[in-house]
Amino acid sequence: MSALEVNELVVEYERRGRSPVQAVVDATLSVAPGEIVGLVGESGCGKSTLARAAVGLIAPSAGSVVFEGHELAPLGRRARSRHDVRLQMVFQNPYASLNPRRRVGRQIADSLAILGQANRAERSRRVAELLEQVGLSAGAASRFPHEFSGGQRQRIAIARALAADPSVLVLDEPLSSLDASAQAQIANLLVRLARELGLGLLLISHDLGIVRQVADRVCVMYLGEIVESAPTDALWAHPIHPYTEALIRAIPHADGAGFMPEALPGEVPDPARPPQGCRFHPRCPLAFDRCSVEHPPLEEVAAGRLAACWLSGERAAQAAVD
Amino acid sequence: MTLLAVEDLHVSVPTGDGRLDLVDSVSYAVGEGRVFGIAGESGSGKTVSVLALMGLLPRGASVTGEARFAGDDLIAMRPSRLRKICGREIGLVFQDPMTSFHPMLSVGRQLTEHVRYHYGTSAQDARARAVALLDEVRIPDPEAALDRYPHEFSGGMRQRIAIASALVCEPRLLIADEPTTALDVTVQAGILRLLDRLRRDRALSVILITHDLGVMSAVADDLTVFYGGRIVEDGPAPEVLQAPRHPYTRALLDALPHPELERGSVLRGIPGPAAQPGHWPTGCVFHPRCDHAIEACRTEEPPTIVDGARRFACPVDPFRR
Amino acid sequence: MTTAPTPTPVVAPPVAQRRRRRGPEVLRRPLALIGLAIGLAWFVIAIAAPLIAPYDPLAQEFELFQPPSRDHLFGTDELGRDVFSRVIYGSRLSIPLALLLVALATLLGGVLGALAGYFRSWVDPVVMRCTDLVFAFPAIILAMVVTASLGPNIRNAVLAIVIVAWPAYARVVRGLVLSLGDSEFVQSSRLLGSSSRRALVRDILPNVAGPVVVLATLDLANAILLLAGLSFLGLGAQPPDPEWGSMVAVGTQYFQYWWMGTFPGLAIFSAVIAFNFLGDSLRDWLDPRGASRDRGRGAQTP
Repeated sequence: MSALEVNELVVEYERRGRSPVQAVVDATLSVAPGEIVGLVGESGCGKSTLARAAVGLIAPSAGSVVFEGHELAPLGRRARSRHDVRLQMVFQNPYASLNPRRRVGRQIADSLAILGQANRAERSRRVAELLEQVGLSAGAASRFPHEFSGGQRQRIAIARALAADPSVLVLDEPLSSLDASAQAQIANLLVRLARELGLGLLLISHDLGIVRQVADRVCVMYLGEIVESAPTDALWAHPIHPYTEALIRAIPHADGAGFMPEALPGEVPDPARPPQGCRFHPRCPLAFDRCSVEHPPLEEVAAGRLAACWLSGERAAQAAVD
Repeated sequence: MTLLAVEDLHVSVPTGDGRLDLVDSVSYAVGEGRVFGIAGESGSGKTVSVLALMGLLPRGASVTGEARFAGDDLIAMRPSRLRKICGREIGLVFQDPMTSFHPMLSVGRQLTEHVRYHYGTSAQDARARAVALLDEVRIPDPEAALDRYPHEFSGGMRQRIAIASALVCEPRLLIADEPTTALDVTVQAGILRLLDRLRRDRALSVILITHDLGVMSAVADDLTVFYGGRIVEDGPAPEVLQAPRHPYTRALLDALPHPELERGSVLRGIPGPAAQPGHWPTGCVFHPRCDHAIEACRTEEPPTIVDGARRFACPVDPFRR
Repeated sequence: MTTAPTPTPVVAPPVAQRRRRRGPEVLRRPLALIGLAIGLAWFVIAIAAPLIAPYDPLAQEFELFQPPSRDHLFGTDELGRDVFSRVIYGSRLSIPLALLLVALATLLGGVLGALAGYFRSWVDPVVMRCTDLVFAFPAIILAMVVTASLGPNIRNAVLAIVIVAWPAYARVVRGLVLSLGDSEFVQSSRLLGSSSRRALVRDILPNVAGPVVVLATLDLANAILLLAGLSFLGLGAQPPDPEWGSMVAVGTQYFQYWWMGTFPGLAIFSAVIAFNFLGDSLRDWLDPRGASRDRGRGAQTP
């Protein structure tokens, strides 16, 4: 049973005097316990919106989010239920996600207090334990966020999320504000947590290199839709959706071989006026007549692989041959 | 042929506590028609070292050394002359395409203003030149684009327009500071290809400042690595990336995920915080984080070792073939 | 770096740059020190008035209209009272009243603003229209109207000024709460299970306190001025209270006896300046500490 399921999620934004914009359209994905799922896409594809809806910060316009078998209620006036608290989020900006005026230990202890861990000594012990689990010293608890570097603050944010004893962590671009070395270390930490604690991770990122290194499964988003979903190695070796292929070909390689990344012609269309038929067709090198008329559904085209493309049949067959 | 030769550059700024050194003893040479890459993380001094040459540092900053651009020393120059040179011979492109432009002036106005100021070109000629440039950077429908405003364009388009704007006076050197960092990877690919094409078509020299070694690998001919306000390694880009000689360069490369690494294996980060101005370690700036440091690294500043076209500041030289 | 064909170690003195630990910057600014000094001085004077003032401020025993002399440092007024003693005792009115006034305005405005910003729905428009209503009138006019209709005395003057002052706080607090409410650390707090109310109290309000304190300190100066103004117009303190504003009012009627109005006027001036300096320094202290620390860090390895 998956720990987190997103079913045909639609998130719509109202605009004054104009038609609403669909930031996320019929998105479906799942995260199994202990599985790391990467959600990649470029600006405006809706991955952050999807992440926030998956956690309950945004109420979906249609579709549902199911966490550990129960439908997730979006965040309202009341405190989140004990059940839902086990679905946590880590944000992109470690500077903004910690309260600058409260000590680190207090912030981590918050969830423990809310969950009813009344004993102060117990809480201190657990905070020290969590800090060590993320690679910081227990002494960090008495300091303020501004005394730490970006990478360390991100570790603190992760420790705080862990204090709620989560079964799933949704991470929205957790590595983007960090330098290369910090990225490597936090990525290692995330993998370790998933393996050791059996945590399901939904990792949203625009950095395909890191996602490839860390994720078991990758979902690719374009203009609000999930266009492909596959195990990482298979996705990289044989991308089925042309957008996935374009993304992979656009990644630079730091190997000194002078590889020039390939560009994708055209621009991302306005989400308020998406193209007819397949949303990617105006920029797709393989588009044909059907693409501009009929919208391809996301369906299983090979074992464990989903893609939304009228050519997926042939491309999957090609992948199987190679 | 060397277009820009920087010799022993020092930059410091005043602070409440006295002076803060940002760049220490930096020397490099940018060849004509070559893409010169300056790599490093934040706080390494890479951007400051270039801004210092342009006279773009805040008042009170102290810049010493020599920077010979086509024979003239930029550092010793009168500010009025430096401004003229910067306007005409050197083009600048920054990271954030949104803030490079005046939001209330049309693109055409911003492109033509520059060339009319420096060369007194007529409005008609300036406009024609602007259209040609927009076409060169592949902006669709350049005539119409001239009358539109910066916010009407996407990030990638704006960066292309920024590049066009930097080229309007036909400079010999283009300086690009993290030009693609804020862009999506497919858009970045487009900008990198554009830079490469422009460089070839116009025999333009480019100084490309970025922390992204993948970008360096794609376009840079020469690569200089900054750490702690000084250069730790430089040489031809393919060689530096394939066979780094300085431990910092090696460690940077190791921290990056790359296709050969087995998925799920551990990425190698560099322990400890990056050296920041005001907190540079004694001896070799990198020694506290270096796997190969010896006793001397703590007390003595490393000498520069020259090996053919390569230079690096590490006496231990652990990766020597 | 020296260029050498073979590696020869260069022995150079270690370059160690360390920045000194520094105390709160507020203590290094001359303006803040002046403000603090004057403020403290008035505070002490107010408390120790009976000890400092040579005479009873209400005693009408002396010769009228005496210029400043050794016996009467600030001279005497139209009823034969010692101006110096009156100025001293005046601090017991102006300063504590100003503090009380600002505290009340901050409390009222702050609570209303926080509720408006956090719960929005109908609370927000209602509170905002009330602030709009108050802002529609020039402060002194509104204060005059309120005092005049309630009856001119110092208590009503304070009430009037509170009514005039609270909207500014409501606006500021509402704005801060609105922006903080969407911030990621509040969202994290909610995700971790805190209720709206808990998030408001624990996470938002402590971050709101800073700017509000600055506003309040600067407002102290305004409060003193407004109070003096109302008294000047006869709507605040009534005779024989030694309130600075009313003393200045009387002084304008007796221009030739310049000491009667000048010294109370200087007292107002010094108190206002003190609070302005303090408020400005507080604001500078609170601002760059948060901003430049974060900017200095940048992206670092853990």
